[in-house]
Amino acid sequence: MKIMNCPLNGPRNISEFTYGGEFKVMPDPATCSDAEWADYVFNSDNAAGVVREWWLHNASSYWFLAERHTVTDQIIRTFDPKEVFSQRVEFAPHAQEIAG
Amino acid sequence: MPFNLLKYGLSSEYPVEVDLPPPTELKPSYDVVIIGGGGHGLAIAYYLSKYHGITNVAVLEKSYLGGGNTARNTAVIRSNYLTSEGVRFYAESVKMFQNLSNEFDFNIMYSERGQLTLAHTDATVRAFRQRAEVNKHFGGRTEMIDRQQIRELVPSLNLDPGHLPVLAGLWHIDGATARHDAVAWGYAKQAAKRGVEIHQLTEVQDLVIENGRITAVKTNRGTVKCGCAVQAIAGASSLMLAKAGIRAPIHTYPLQAMVTQPFKPFLDPLVSSSALHCYVQQTSRGEIVFGGGSDPYPLYNTRSTLDLKESLLAHAIEMFPFMANAKLMRQWAGITDMTPDYSPIMGLSPVQNYYLDAGWGTWGFKSTPICGKTMAELVASGGKVPELIKPFALDRFSTFQQVNEMGATAASH
Repeated sequence: MKIMNCPLNGPRNISEFTYGGEFKVMPDPATCSDAEWADYVFNSDNAAGVVREWWLHNASSYWFLAERHTVTDQIIRTFDPKEVFSQRVEFAPHAQEIAG
Repeated sequence: MPFNLLKYGLSSEYPVEVDLPPPTELKPSYDVVIIGGGGHGLAIAYYLSKYHGITNVAVLEKSYLGGGNTARNTAVIRSNYLTSEGVRFYAESVKMFQNLSNEFDFNIMYSERGQLTLAHTDATVRAFRQRAEVNKHFGGRTEMIDRQQIRELVPSLNLDPGHLPVLAGLWHIDGATARHDAVAWGYAKQAAKRGVEIHQLTEVQDLVIENGRITAVKTNRGTVKCGCAVQAIAGASSLMLAKAGIRAPIHTYPLQAMVTQPFKPFLDPLVSSSALHCYVQQTSRGEIVFGGGSDPYPLYNTRSTLDLKESLLAHAIEMFPFMANAKLMRQWAGITDMTPDYSPIMGLSPVQNYYLDAGWGTWGFKSTPICGKTMAELVASGGKVPELIKPFALDRFSTFQQVNEMGATAASH
């Protein structure tokens, strides 16, 4: 079994993890265009090479990030998301509903 | 008799038939450049030359003809899909497959055995009823059958595997198989006969796009100008799309399959179970081919994994217990370009004269003829999208008009 190193729980069988998609920066839903939102929701780079992506350790419900090579299947490193999210993300205020 | 045969074989009157002309230099320019010499690319070239008289066409293949994912599938042909758009498209493909050997004068070993999909839960039974009705309405031949009928159809099947007894089945009479390599060869031979140039070992490395139009492709054998280009590469759709500056909702996963030693004929229909993540069929050589779900995360690699082998074998043995004694002969994986709605991306792209035949996930082989025919119509008309493939446009994701076929794939991948 392939082993993945969970930043919280240490090395575990890869069957304990779920792939969570490419790491992307979410546009602000209140201000972005429909095209930008559709691009964020559906489109992906799907690159052949080193990619940064979300993974979940199922047993502990812990989400983390990994850098993995999508051709060799080598997991280069896994790390806590706080390395990326060091500040609180503030979105624009909610869009006002139009009365009618 | 043998001597006559020998004499005839050695005589100069023996009609030597050339399958593919010997390789030539690339011309500086073509009307149509097709990127990818798999089943789809060759089918597009064939229908362009046959129905539209367009023969100044080059098919550029980075490796060998049909050596990519065309050679890496499990060769199932069926149209028992879930949506009206899907059924219409695949039903047309099944009809074309039925006549392909005659059309090529070349045996693609088309073999119509029917496909049986098993329901293990009440929810699946309900979904199957819907699929059967949609299918009948749009020209497929599909019906629901009960346990007794399944037992008669496939006597060797275990109807009570573990905690998942079989409740009913979706019996798709049109289900079939064909020799996948032969399909590619048949298209190649007939296209070449009409003047299409097929260049193997010719890799498209970059695209030249000026003012929103593609003008040339850069290959490892030089730059070739083109009137338009069609991208028909499975397993690397995203990489070529990136060269054209196009973003698409494709994730690339390996899909593993394997084959056992040959047995005497015991299984006529193709049998699949989405709850057990397994589909099983016996080839005309007697081997048992079986496959299941995709790998659990994206990868551009056809390596084999023990995890998938173990789970697949466990399920195959639940369905056919005697297979526990079978010896595995080969294992392989294909690379599948999965889209979120489990439907292909065909038609126009943001680049004006660059046409897409991409996102073929696990359903590419069965659509080869109809895809070739409709894409050829699209190219020949200079961008008028045929009705049959309109629902599969790339822009369906930004207009939120997906064609949801997730429930109709043979296994849940």
